[in-house]
Amino acid sequence: MSISVSHISKNFGAFTALDDINLDIPEGELVALLGPSGCGKTTLLRIIAGLEQADQGDVFLKGDKVTDKPVKNRHIGFVFQHYALFRHMTVLDNVAFGLRVKPRKERPSEAGIVKKVHALLELVQLDWLNDRFPDQLSGGQRQRIALARALAVEPSVLLLDEPFGALDASVRKDLRFWLRNLHHELNVTSVFVTHDQEEAMEVANRVVVLNNGRIEQQGSPSDIYDHPANAFVSQFIGQTNVFDLDEQGTDWLEAAGLLTPHQEGKIAHVRPHDIVIQKSTADNDAFVTLKNWQHLGSLIRIELIKNGSSDSNAAVYAEMPNDQFKRLQLSKGDKVELRIRHAHWFH
Amino acid sequence: MPGFRPAIGLTLVYLALVVLIPLSALLLKSMQLSLDEYWAILSNHRVQASFRVSFGSALIAAAVAALFGFIIAWSLVRYTFPGKRLLDALIDLPFALPTAVAGIVLATIYEANGWVGKLVMDNFGIQIAYKPLGIVVALIFIGLPFVVRTIEPVLQELDTAMEEAAASLGATRLQAFIKVILPNILPAAITGFALAFARGVGEYGSVIFIAGNMPYISEIVPLLIITKLEQYEYAGATAIGMTMLILSFVLLLLINGLQWWVRRRSGQL
Repeated sequence: MSISVSHISKNFGAFTALDDINLDIPEGELVALLGPSGCGKTTLLRIIAGLEQADQGDVFLKGDKVTDKPVKNRHIGFVFQHYALFRHMTVLDNVAFGLRVKPRKERPSEAGIVKKVHALLELVQLDWLNDRFPDQLSGGQRQRIALARALAVEPSVLLLDEPFGALDASVRKDLRFWLRNLHHELNVTSVFVTHDQEEAMEVANRVVVLNNGRIEQQGSPSDIYDHPANAFVSQFIGQTNVFDLDEQGTDWLEAAGLLTPHQEGKIAHVRPHDIVIQKSTADNDAFVTLKNWQHLGSLIRIELIKNGSSDSNAAVYAEMPNDQFKRLQLSKGDKVELRIRHAHWFH
Repeated sequence: MPGFRPAIGLTLVYLALVVLIPLSALLLKSMQLSLDEYWAILSNHRVQASFRVSFGSALIAAAVAALFGFIIAWSLVRYTFPGKRLLDALIDLPFALPTAVAGIVLATIYEANGWVGKLVMDNFGIQIAYKPLGIVVALIFIGLPFVVRTIEPVLQELDTAMEEAAASLGATRLQAFIKVILPNILPAAITGFALAFARGVGEYGSVIFIAGNMPYISEIVPLLIITKLEQYEYAGATAIGMTMLILSFVLLLLINGLQWWVRRRSGQL
């Protein structure tokens, strides 16, 4: 195991940030710590780094217990949400910092340092900015420099705290892709924190979902999407329609094929793409009306409303490819029939 | 930019009324002297000694105030402790206290029989009050708040993540301090130093009570000017005043230049 966390707990006053967390991360993985704000994901990352001390529990890096080691001896690379570049140093000096503060015996020659820094800046494709100061760079450039700086000391693990959180949407998309490729190239065990489930699914090969200081589920992105362990994970990852059988009439859900003799709970979570709709032929059989739709690029999101319902929050969302929707030739106010292909049941 | 004319206009009027016209009067008055007469006044040993005392003690006091002002600002920004607000309020007291009161109190405490003066006298055999050292003590007292109040906001703004980044890259606390914290607060520290120095050079009220005012030893330039005025030597007084003005101006320009150089080197310009 590259990173191992055992029975970590952390309180801030009366607030429990982390509650008995156990987590093993194998060598070379790219792991996302995913959760809503305040779930403890950043605290966990900072405890692994040694920037924060746990109240209980131990942290192991490459099998060594590092719980009592200060951050400077843990040999980790840390990337901060707001870059934390040294603003009084040029890009080159920023990246060289970790090499220049090494004890004299371990420190490469100045020429060696400069050579290595240029190689790292080539890696992040920003060598042409080496004599600039951080204030003269864009957010995306700063974050790439911060990454180069962290990689300069050849860390055994790379920890990234919301690395794309402060960036524009388009830059964020580019950097996600880029981080994935970089990880593929370097293969250094990496953990990044995010509250964006799309980002976690897109970048990581393993996702750890946290909530209220506990791990709700961990697994591959498709595992988590296809087999959510509980209602929280199901709702947090992707879009979900929630049907609580105690609160809603069941006749229309029965008609939609949701109810079976052996359903396993009282609350059904249905992904929008698991709802199939078609124009109703017999008017009186339809329970649902098409209220509105939105273009999401290649998909159309369809907003359906139960007939006779005045609650606008009770809308049901379905999604289908653009061309398929066109073929249905639906317009607002049409009565539609719906069929639910698949649901996750929770109690 | 909107508002350029009224803003610049008011700035010029203000500067003219409060700064330029009085200083021009000083210049005009000193120009009534021939260059020889001017030089005769300045080459007087007592006058030269007073310049050394004034500028020397102001420089030393500003340096000490810069060091301790930084430590105080650091404590106020980085730590929470009981009585922090009270300490924070105490910092500004030298601004408000009549300087004469400060001088008398300092003289009483630091004289050979005073609370602190006796301790220092008994243990180190050094007399503080009524010696040049007394001037330095008074000027540190006067200059300290300038340093604290200029460094404090910069320290507050300093992103602690930079220090965490330094530590994660293997830097010791000392390395982080020298390579990361210090360069970021140096421009503010220089500003504080310059303000404390400028204030110290012109300080009169507190110094005359603690200095002893011995000619050649602990007589400051402002006191010499007053003395000349009392003896109706207006020309002499203006010559000394003018020289002081020029010297201060040149020194402040130098400090500004140093500051510009530091900022430029650290990419803050």
